[in-house]
Amino acid sequence: MNMPFYVAPEQMMKDRADFARKGIARGRAMVAVQYADGILLVTENPSNTLRKISEIYDRIAFAGVGKYNEFDQLRRFGVRNADVKGYSYSRDDVEARSLANDYAQILGQTFTHELKPLEVEILVAEVGVDPSTDQLFHILYDGTLVDERGTSVLGGDAEAIAERLTTTWSAAHALDQALPVAVAALAGPDRQLTADDIEVAVLSRRNGRRCFSRLEDADVEAILGSSGS
Amino acid sequence: MKVPLFGPDNDPGSGFTDLLRSVGLDPFSTVSGVPGVSGAPHGTTVLALRCLDGVVMAGDRRATMGHRISNREMEKVVPADRYSGVAISGTAGVAMEMIKLFQLQLEHYEKLDGRAISLEGKANQLSQMVKANLGAAMQGLAVVPIFAGYDPLRRTGRLWDFDVTGGRYEEREFVATGSGAGPAATVLKVGYRPNLGRDDAVTLACRALFEAADIDAATGGPDVLRGIYPVVAIIDSEGWRRIDDEALRTLFEQISDEHRASREVPS
Repeated sequence: MNMPFYVAPEQMMKDRADFARKGIARGRAMVAVQYADGILLVTENPSNTLRKISEIYDRIAFAGVGKYNEFDQLRRFGVRNADVKGYSYSRDDVEARSLANDYAQILGQTFTHELKPLEVEILVAEVGVDPSTDQLFHILYDGTLVDERGTSVLGGDAEAIAERLTTTWSAAHALDQALPVAVAALAGPDRQLTADDIEVAVLSRRNGRRCFSRLEDADVEAILGSSGS
Repeated sequence: MKVPLFGPDNDPGSGFTDLLRSVGLDPFSTVSGVPGVSGAPHGTTVLALRCLDGVVMAGDRRATMGHRISNREMEKVVPADRYSGVAISGTAGVAMEMIKLFQLQLEHYEKLDGRAISLEGKANQLSQMVKANLGAAMQGLAVVPIFAGYDPLRRTGRLWDFDVTGGRYEEREFVATGSGAGPAATVLKVGYRPNLGRDDAVTLACRALFEAADIDAATGGPDVLRGIYPVVAIIDSEGWRRIDDEALRTLFEQISDEHRASREVPS
C-alpha cells in the first residue's frame, strides 16, 4: 500500500502559489488607469477576437490575465450575476464591490480546495459619477482582494510597469494623453507597441447608460500616432 | 439571488430567460387554475412603417382599465437596443415585463457573446417570449408586440408583427396593432409610398395615431393640456432616435389646422 508523503501545509500553499504565479507570468500584462472621463483599460493582446477586457454592466468592466478559459468563465459569471441582480432589484443595485467579493470567494475557495488553483488575476473596475467614486478591485489567484486607487497593473512584470506609471500617470489626463502613457508603461523602454498589439477599452462617464466602449484599432492608432510615441 | 459558477455540463448559454429559469426565476410561470383576469390596465395603438433606409415606430401614451384612463404617460414604444425598437399592445403589466426582459436578453447576449444578435434573431427571440406567454394570454393577459429595426447586414429597415401564439410575420410596408389598429392601418395604407422620406414617414405615423385617437376611446391623442405627446422614433443606420416633443407639438398643430380647415364651409 502506498503511503502518502507528508507535505507541510506551508509548503503546499507555497507550491500552489508558485504554480499559479508561473502561469500568470507567462501571459501578458494589463493596465487600468483613471483618466479625466473615467477609467482606461489597456492590455497586450494580439488577438482581435478573444478579449481580455469586457463589459459586465452599465458602469462595470472586467479584465483578466492568465489562462483565457479560466478568466472567461469568471467573466461570464460576472455578467450573469450582474444581469440577474439588476433584473430582480434595480440597475442601481449592481455594484463592483459585491462582485469583487464573489470573485475573491471563488478564487480563494479554488486555491485551497481544488486540485489546481486558477491561473488568473482579474480586475473589476467601476466608474463612479465623479472621479472620487471610481473603483478598481484587483483580485489575485488566491482570492486576495485589493482595493486600488488610480492605477492597477495585472500580470507578468507588474512591478516594473507600475513603477513606470508612477512617474508618468495623472488622473487629470484626457484620453489622448492617458493612452500613450499607459501603452508606454506596458511596453517598457525597449519596445514599441502598435494598435495591432493591444486591446483598449474605456469606462467613460460620457457614454450614457452603458459606460463601456472599445476603442477600434484606427482610433488607437490616431491617438498613438499624434502623440509621437 | 445568486447565480452559481456554471460548469460545461450545466451552462445555460447566452439566453437570459434560460439563465433565469436555471436559478428558479421563471419569468413566464403562470398561476394554474386561475380563471380569466379582467380589470388589468391595457395599452392600445402602436404602429411601425418602413421608410427610406430605416423604420419609424410610434405609439400613443394611454393605458385604460375598462372605461377609466389608468395612465396618460405610458411609453409603449421603447428601444430594444441601439438598432431596434419594440412596441407593445395588450395587458400593460405583462407587456412592460416582457419589454424589460427582451431588452435584457439582447444586452445579456451581446455581453456574453461579444456581439449583438442579428435583427432576425432578435425578432425570433421576441416571438419565443410571446409564445411563452401563451398560458397567461389564455387567461386574458395577452401581449402583442411589433418589432422593428435597422438591419446592418442588409442595410435596410425591417419590421415584424406577431400574434398571440408567437407567430412572427415580416411586413414589407407597415403594421399597426392594438384597439386603434383599424383606423391607424387605414391611414397608413392610404398614405404609404415605397421609400418614403423620414419626415414624411414621421408625419404619416402621427396622422395615423391622430385618427386612431379620434375614433378609439382607448387610444390617447396629443395631450396639449399636459404637454404629453405620443412616442415617435426613427431607427436607421445611426440607431434609435426619438422625435422630441417640441417637433411633435408643431406637427400635431399642423394636423389639427388641416382638420379645422377641412371643416370650414365655403361661403
